[in-house]
Amino acid sequence: MEYMPEFRLCAPASVDEAVGLAAADAGARYLSGGTDLVVNVRRGIERPAALIDLSAIGELKDIDEDDGGLRLGAGVVLRDLAENETLRRDFAAVAEAALAVAGPTHREYATLGGNLCLDTRCLFYNQSEWWRGANDYCLKKEGETCHVAPKGSFCFAAFSGDVAPALLVSGAEVELAGPEGRRRIPLAELYNDDGMDHLALKAGELVAAVHLPGAVAGVPSAYAKARVRGSIDFPLAGAAVALAMKGGGVEDLRVGLTAVGPRPFLVEDTERFADAPLDGAALDDLREMVRAQAQPMRTTTVAPWYRRRVAGNLARRLAAGLAAASP
Amino acid sequence: MESTLHLTLNGRRRGDLVPDNMLLVDYLREVAALTGTKIGCDGGECGACTVLVDGRPRHSCLTLAGACQGRHVETIESLEEGGRMAALQRGFHEKLGAQCGFCTPGMIMAAEGLLRATPDPGTEDIRASMASNICRCTGYIKIIEAVQAAARELAP
Repeated sequence: MEYMPEFRLCAPASVDEAVGLAAADAGARYLSGGTDLVVNVRRGIERPAALIDLSAIGELKDIDEDDGGLRLGAGVVLRDLAENETLRRDFAAVAEAALAVAGPTHREYATLGGNLCLDTRCLFYNQSEWWRGANDYCLKKEGETCHVAPKGSFCFAAFSGDVAPALLVSGAEVELAGPEGRRRIPLAELYNDDGMDHLALKAGELVAAVHLPGAVAGVPSAYAKARVRGSIDFPLAGAAVALAMKGGGVEDLRVGLTAVGPRPFLVEDTERFADAPLDGAALDDLREMVRAQAQPMRTTTVAPWYRRRVAGNLARRLAAGLAAASP
Repeated sequence: MESTLHLTLNGRRRGDLVPDNMLLVDYLREVAALTGTKIGCDGGECGACTVLVDGRPRHSCLTLAGACQGRHVETIESLEEGGRMAALQRGFHEKLGAQCGFCTPGMIMAAEGLLRATPDPGTEDIRASMASNICRCTGYIKIIEAVQAAARELAP
């Protein structure tokens, strides 16, 4: 790995101060746990003029009750998220997803906001400077061709955060803070379908908090992922499912996917399962629907067809488990 | 850019002028001369550089030294008790939890973090909370036995 490039390190005490620092320096990047960003800095992928360390900002570390739901500070570390009793009870998929990120040591300092803003990943991108240089670089960084799909001008690098799909099925909104003040948007709108520019954050904006709605609290949900190393790894494919049943039929079924494209997303058309029982045939249907909408490219060492099949099967398995457990 | 880093390192307060881009692992090894903390993969994948920051395990290769302003950092060197090995170190020694020894400081610091939170861990607790640490020699069974032996020795 490369040695560290030169940069300034700032440690603001409040969100407003952090936003002010970012506004004053276009080359600055926000830093939280650093499990993703510091690796990329060391690989020469990121060359920030300054890093704005958010870890001393108390406001970002709170978990509060909010109108029957929860407001999760973006600086909450994944371990605390995974162990939070309210979250485990009311939004199980979110706690399970937090527990599925990387390994236990990472989760001690990697944060919720960092996992949502994780850079997209690709076999041709997450490499050392000399490896990328020797292989002609790639479209996402310094190169002119995408080595995954050489004829196109689209970057297929995959979003690989685990928590986002779990938040998507829970109807989460994110609270953003920037030079123009605060705004709140549905989580889905935080992401663009573009591996080179997957975050719809404006210049100098940061994720301050995540809001989970009270209306969804208690709806059974779960998260599962496939990975190369079971102990510590990014997902090859990850699925979150939330399932509300009523009188033996489906009231609401939502499936969120990650790591099968440049952004996490909700599977479309799951409304068609409403009011019918979730039997074997319906579950097979769901599996095929997920498989068709998951479109991973060759961004990992594992073949795309496998990741597509895994995404479908993970969703089916989770939905079957939730259906079996519902009264 | 450089700034003065004040922190408590292995129980002692100290201040050093460090570059903004210095990693904690380089600070520990090059400035504080504590070479027990190892550099393995350089990217958070192997756990050899694990230290405790405010009592919680953390990769010193992915942590900026400047981000430890005012914090408590503990390395493998902090464990010895009056020149003798601590229970965890003795466990690794006696149960053959260390072979080549390169992963051992990180393993022990991850285990130290575990035992402080969970003094009587089961096998699954040990596996789950040390999953960020890779060992290429032992096959892990001896490491689990080492942590259990230390936990037994420390039990009241």
